[in-house]
Amino acid sequence: MMIKNHLVRFILALFFLQITLTSAQEAQPLRENNAVEAQVQRLSEELRCLVCQNQTLADSHAGLAEDLKQEIREMANKGMSDQAIIDYLVARYGDFVRYRPPLNATTYLLWLGPFVLLIGGVAGLFLMLRRRQKVQVDTTLSEEEVRRVEAILASDKES
Amino acid sequence: MKPWQRALIPLVLFLVVAGFLFKGLFLNPKEIPSPLLGKPAPAFSLPRLDNAEIQFSPKEMLGQVWLLNAWASWCPSCVDEHPVLVAFSKANIAPVVGLDYKDTQADAQRWLDKGGNPYVVTVMDTDGRVGIDYGVYGVPETYVIDKKGMIAYKQTGPVTEEALRDTIIPLVKKLQSEVNQ
Amino acid sequence: MIPEIGHFSLILALLVALLLGSLPIIGAARGNAAWMSLAKPLSRVQFLLIGFAFVCLAYAFATKDYSVLYVASNSNSKLPLAFRIAAVWGGHEGSLLLWALILSIWTVAVSLFSKHLPDDMRARILGVMGIISVGFLLFMLMVSNPFERLIPAAIDGRDLNPLLQDPGMIFHPPMLYMGYVGFSVAFAFAIAALLGGQLDAAWARWSRPWTTLAWVFLTLGIMAGSNWAYYELGWGGWWFWDAVENASFMPWLVGTALIHSLAVTEKRGSFKAWTVLLAICAFSLSLLGTFLVRSGVLTSVHAFATDPRRGVFILAFLIVVIGGSLALFAWRAPTVGRGGKFDVVSRESFLLANNVLLAVAATSVLLGTLYPLFVDALGYGKISVGPPYFDAVFAPLMAPALFLMGIGPIARWKEAPLPELAKRLRWALGISIALAIILPMMLGNFTPWIGFGLFLAFWVLATSVELIYQRLRLSNLPLLASIRSNSRSWWGMVIAHLGIAVFTFGVTIVKGYESEIAVKMAPGEVAHLAGYDFTFDGVREVQGPNYEASIGQIHVSKNGVLRTILEPQKRFYTVTNMPMTEAGISPHLIHDLYASLGEPLENGAWSVRIYHKPLVEWIWFGCLMMGFGGILALTDKRYRVKNRNKSIEHLDSKVTAVTSEVKA
Repeated sequence: MMIKNHLVRFILALFFLQITLTSAQEAQPLRENNAVEAQVQRLSEELRCLVCQNQTLADSHAGLAEDLKQEIREMANKGMSDQAIIDYLVARYGDFVRYRPPLNATTYLLWLGPFVLLIGGVAGLFLMLRRRQKVQVDTTLSEEEVRRVEAILASDKES
Repeated sequence: MKPWQRALIPLVLFLVVAGFLFKGLFLNPKEIPSPLLGKPAPAFSLPRLDNAEIQFSPKEMLGQVWLLNAWASWCPSCVDEHPVLVAFSKANIAPVVGLDYKDTQADAQRWLDKGGNPYVVTVMDTDGRVGIDYGVYGVPETYVIDKKGMIAYKQTGPVTEEALRDTIIPLVKKLQSEVNQ
Repeated sequence: MIPEIGHFSLILALLVALLLGSLPIIGAARGNAAWMSLAKPLSRVQFLLIGFAFVCLAYAFATKDYSVLYVASNSNSKLPLAFRIAAVWGGHEGSLLLWALILSIWTVAVSLFSKHLPDDMRARILGVMGIISVGFLLFMLMVSNPFERLIPAAIDGRDLNPLLQDPGMIFHPPMLYMGYVGFSVAFAFAIAALLGGQLDAAWARWSRPWTTLAWVFLTLGIMAGSNWAYYELGWGGWWFWDAVENASFMPWLVGTALIHSLAVTEKRGSFKAWTVLLAICAFSLSLLGTFLVRSGVLTSVHAFATDPRRGVFILAFLIVVIGGSLALFAWRAPTVGRGGKFDVVSRESFLLANNVLLAVAATSVLLGTLYPLFVDALGYGKISVGPPYFDAVFAPLMAPALFLMGIGPIARWKEAPLPELAKRLRWALGISIALAIILPMMLGNFTPWIGFGLFLAFWVLATSVELIYQRLRLSNLPLLASIRSNSRSWWGMVIAHLGIAVFTFGVTIVKGYESEIAVKMAPGEVAHLAGYDFTFDGVREVQGPNYEASIGQIHVSKNGVLRTILEPQKRFYTVTNMPMTEAGISPHLIHDLYASLGEPLENGAWSVRIYHKPLVEWIWFGCLMMGFGGILALTDKRYRVKNRNKSIEHLDSKVTAVTSEVKA
């Protein structure tokens, strides 16, 4: 059964391939304006689908997501900038709709925190290593201790 | 900082995070607050359900305190809230305008005929654009709009009797007692 | 009857876990050999009991027993058997049982492979794992019983979510849990060491293989999830920074730091307190992940159905386990000694820098994941933190770590003079910069991000090549012999690092050079992308076991030569009424050709999206290499049980004796 299917598919493919070589009909793009579509796609990846469980507008097929993408498309067709379109949606739904949080007093910790931590961590490591070097003394065993160690290891040979 | 104080930092940080997690158990991460509170209700002009030739606009409600209820015949939660709204409209506290979201005239009329009509007027937002202007993301949603046409409150989800009793009716009464300048 | 037996088995398991979590630990504190020796048998009995309960639940699924609520919610009579079994862990209650089962597997494994450990240490380790087991069993029995009955029984089940009806479901959760839960072993080792006051290099050596094994599983588990999303979700994405994905990634980052930190502690006896803290954090992040998925605190595509009672229970458990372990750490860690001396620039310090970078990266992911909660809890409204944030923050943080990956293995222990390092690395640096500029030019598009990503990937590759070359050349042996003369542990490291280079190549190239088109295709029409011709042959309707599918056929040719056939599907699952897309993918080492069906249009035409994704398979191939490197390191001869003879074990305990003598 599977071989037959494969064979059928292969023959079908060759058939259409032959047609392609002779009289191929070009598939039309789904949407006309490439630049506008690129803008819609770019913005859809930045904006949240409000009725989904954590998905971008780009990833979602929900009704509201499709409606919002259509609104964005119309705004893009009118030549509105990315920021203007985002502002339009934020005016209606709040900052929640943005997956890239704005930089304001509420989000300073979010945006700057990681880099402050990075610099702090590296600096802290460096200072600690330096301090450690000054404090650290190579621990060497005293004569007495060496004798004790040898005694313990020697007892191993006997067993 | 002494070693023992440094060693306590992880524990302290964890307890702070745990505190937030505890608080988080009682929040709803999917409920979005409306950025339109205190702002003018967005203008629109939509055909009425009872007569598609006539357009309705919120301007007609200036000078009164009123409710705008976004609903749809395909929405299950709207069924729950419907009797509550019908009872509210019978109490004659404030008029309710229905915004029929992404629906057809036939379905909407049938739904109102079956459950009762709490609305002084229902408008058809067939493509959902007005809904987007109001920040509707899932019906039902209800707005309390004051005499000056500013949005005073938004109820996300069905209007329950508790919501009416504890929040909406007191707010409406307060707004109604305000003198229009 | 069987579900009740399974339920009873869990109750017995809880009792056993209570004993396991108490007696051996108390015995270790008091030097009571009898109580300590209970740990091994109790571990085995616990495993048998939980295993039996798991089999009972699987049986209920296999026999379509819809009188069990959990089975009725996650299964259906049309669901094929393989998915019915996988559905055991498809929902909240069953996945908890899987958690408990895997924990009991790790516990029994530790009890089997711990002959070389001192008795009190083994008792404490198994005891700590027992305590964790108590938490999960109690949680299940109190608020998440998988065996709860549905009376009257349902006529048929509600079916497993179609997104989960895939071979990925069979591998991804068990693999991931083996990783997550596996970090409990490192955690238990750390707690046992803190309790016993024996925090030394030997402890690091003992816990290293367990940590590496858990890390390997977690790496492969995350890889499986990413690959599954790629071919299942229909638009070629493979990582979304979703809360639950982050919940698995954070333990991975900290676990990677832990593996490197254990190397320092084992070699030089240094930074023991920091290593212990990492071990505690890695598992704590696993537990935190468990909380986030099930409590409803964050929105996620992966989240199980939520219930505030469950959230409160898990949070209480977290506070007891994590709070308790951090309190123990705060008490015991300051008394731990310092360890060997090393320079500011040395392999130790490079490894520690790696730790700092990975810890900062993990903290940033945690910050981004929890930030919406922080903001909401403080009353500042609702914000969303998503992929744009994480992409912007994470990549710059990891870049230095990638750069150090080239330097660390070349640096010497104790001291690594900078001039010497610079001399060895300048060739690699030059080549990396050059290739990072030339390759994008050849591919037709150069941007700073592409250049930077390629530079880091080439850098890791070049420095690894340099490392291998020098090692093999230095030995003066014939090639095969000199390869063997380097330990598997070393080769494992090299391969794992190369895996990261391969991964970085994949990510950089696919993000920089992927292309897509969205077209309307009627049968016979052809679209063009990346030099290939895609011809739509139409769609055929097929009836699956529990779905109806429209299977499209697109044949792909280049210059008139048929290359491959793509079969994207649009399925409609009849029980849940859910539509699903299955992408048609032709994977290759150099690129993937990827097609997905959109909507049917008039005249038999369909909207189709076609993608060309260069080097995308390198992303998962790199992860496989990392996993392989880890496994190779695990089979290093120092860990092989057969090689261990009496004198070595004796030497181990002698070393411990000597160390404590010297300390005294």
